[in-house]
Amino acid sequence: MLLECCNVTMKFGGLTAVDKVSIQIAENQIIGLIGPNGSGKTTLFNIVTGLYKPTSGRILFLGQDIAGRKPDYITRAGIARTFQNIRLFNSMTVWENVQVGRHCRFGESLFDDLFNSRRKIQEQNKANAFLAELLAMFNLYELKDELARNLPYGLQRKVEIVRALASEPKLLLLDEPAAGMNAAETESLMQYISQIHHMGITILVVEHDMKLVMNICDRIAVLNHGKLIAWGSPAEIQTNDAVIGAYLGKQVMAGA
Amino acid sequence: MLVVNINKLKTLGLVICIAVAFALPLMGLKAYYLHIAVLGLIHGLLVLGLNLIAGYTGQLSLAQAGFFGLGSYITALLMLNAGMSFWLAALLGILATGTFAACVGLPTLRLKGPYFVISTLGLGEIIRLVFVHWESVTRGPNGLAGIPAPDPIDLGFMVLTFESKTSAYYLILVVLLVTIYFYHNLIDSRVGRAFRAIRDDSIAAEVMGINLTAYKVLAFAAGAMLSALAGALYTSYIRFISPDTFTIGEAVNILIMLVLGGMGTISGALAGALGITYLLETMRIFADYRMVIYGLLMFVIIVYMPQGLAGLGNSLLERMAIIFSPNTPKPVAKVKAELPHSVEGEV
Repeated sequence: MLLECCNVTMKFGGLTAVDKVSIQIAENQIIGLIGPNGSGKTTLFNIVTGLYKPTSGRILFLGQDIAGRKPDYITRAGIARTFQNIRLFNSMTVWENVQVGRHCRFGESLFDDLFNSRRKIQEQNKANAFLAELLAMFNLYELKDELARNLPYGLQRKVEIVRALASEPKLLLLDEPAAGMNAAETESLMQYISQIHHMGITILVVEHDMKLVMNICDRIAVLNHGKLIAWGSPAEIQTNDAVIGAYLGKQVMAGA
Repeated sequence: MLVVNINKLKTLGLVICIAVAFALPLMGLKAYYLHIAVLGLIHGLLVLGLNLIAGYTGQLSLAQAGFFGLGSYITALLMLNAGMSFWLAALLGILATGTFAACVGLPTLRLKGPYFVISTLGLGEIIRLVFVHWESVTRGPNGLAGIPAPDPIDLGFMVLTFESKTSAYYLILVVLLVTIYFYHNLIDSRVGRAFRAIRDDSIAAEVMGINLTAYKVLAFAAGAMLSALAGALYTSYIRFISPDTFTIGEAVNILIMLVLGGMGTISGALAGALGITYLLETMRIFADYRMVIYGLLMFVIIVYMPQGLAGLGNSLLERMAIIFSPNTPKPVAKVKAELPHSVEGEV
């Protein structure tokens, strides 16, 4: 298993945002995480990436418990993410943004940086080649010298995904990547996601666009009021009574 | 084409600036103006120090005058009481100030925005009060007098002495240029990018694998060390220090130089330091009206040049590059228009 969440619980005062959620994600899968607004999807993302320390429960990444570790440690371990509301570095160009994304993979020391040593230049060249290829793959190379904040919204989302990929993650968390995109952009996003999948990266995606989720995901987890109410293949989820109840408001016993 | 030209213009400007800086004392400058130039260079180091933590990393520190004082006092005391050479004393002063800043920064850099500013305001003031009240060591408000000049350096074929104003000028100029070299290397590396990422969005920076605590403390301590370096050089040049130099007013002055020069740039920091030092000294003829004029000037610059002198210089350079460029550069707006736009959705 690549990622195992075991009984993860997150309480904010009296509110239980995530309630004893257990999910197991095998390598090289695309997992969808869906649920109505406020069901704890982003909270779960924040726990996995280290922004929140869970109240209880364990998160095993490649067998190692990462619950409560700092975000930079978790990124180095191989988990990268994008944000629901885009968080690019606005004063930087596209190129600088993806360079920051690769920050934890530079192998030079502070002294190399100060003295412009050969190792710094080697590391920089290695990174430049990798990042140029990555940007070209997403058709962003021509835009590399643009300031990130000057790009249209859809492209900013793409830059954020490339920035996350720059850290060479094993697991990529996408938080509503299709939000605010039109049908054509969503279509191309789906292609990019399967492209990332082919690079051997496992993907966990939170998304409200059901067409995207049902088309690309191998398995889907459904959260409602912080509880995992369903877990299965897209076909199983589409016919699951608890899921339909959660989305349409039917009174059903939650069971999963 | 555009990019090449701007870089060429920048290199040309840099060469001219260094040449002028080295030629300045040879041009028969009055001692008074040379004195202003030395103070300007020292302020250059101070503003570069503040620029690391405030300009690049986005954490506004008002403790810089305190670190300036720590560097000065430690260097002076080691020379006067322990009989150390200036070079060793300065090195120890810088290292001690850096260690102190790292220790203080570890807890205080957890504070955000105005709370961090207030804590550094307090820190600077505490350092000054220690200078005033620890009379058995610092001689209190009377200050430390009789500090010797830096010891001569024997190069074999010639001996460098640092007694005269001109030699002090060259010493500080060379130290500043070496500092700028390392400073530029640091900013132009993953470390500099990490600083700017923290300034732009600390949460995203953290998730991109940047250790927030480590990089903030690094910027704070490195900034303090540059202030201490300025302090050591100031001590060896003025030969007399008292707590009056290291007040909150000085911290604010350093900040104003950085803001007017342009935060987050090297050229702006230096332009601000040299320009404001010159202005403050020469405006002494206006006596009490000095601060009124100073205030008005600040107002005008902040309203009309929010990017500071560096921003003004950059836009001038870009215009010149466009004029001299044989090929008209592709307008940025056109590139953007070709891309599919999308409706701003739920954010």
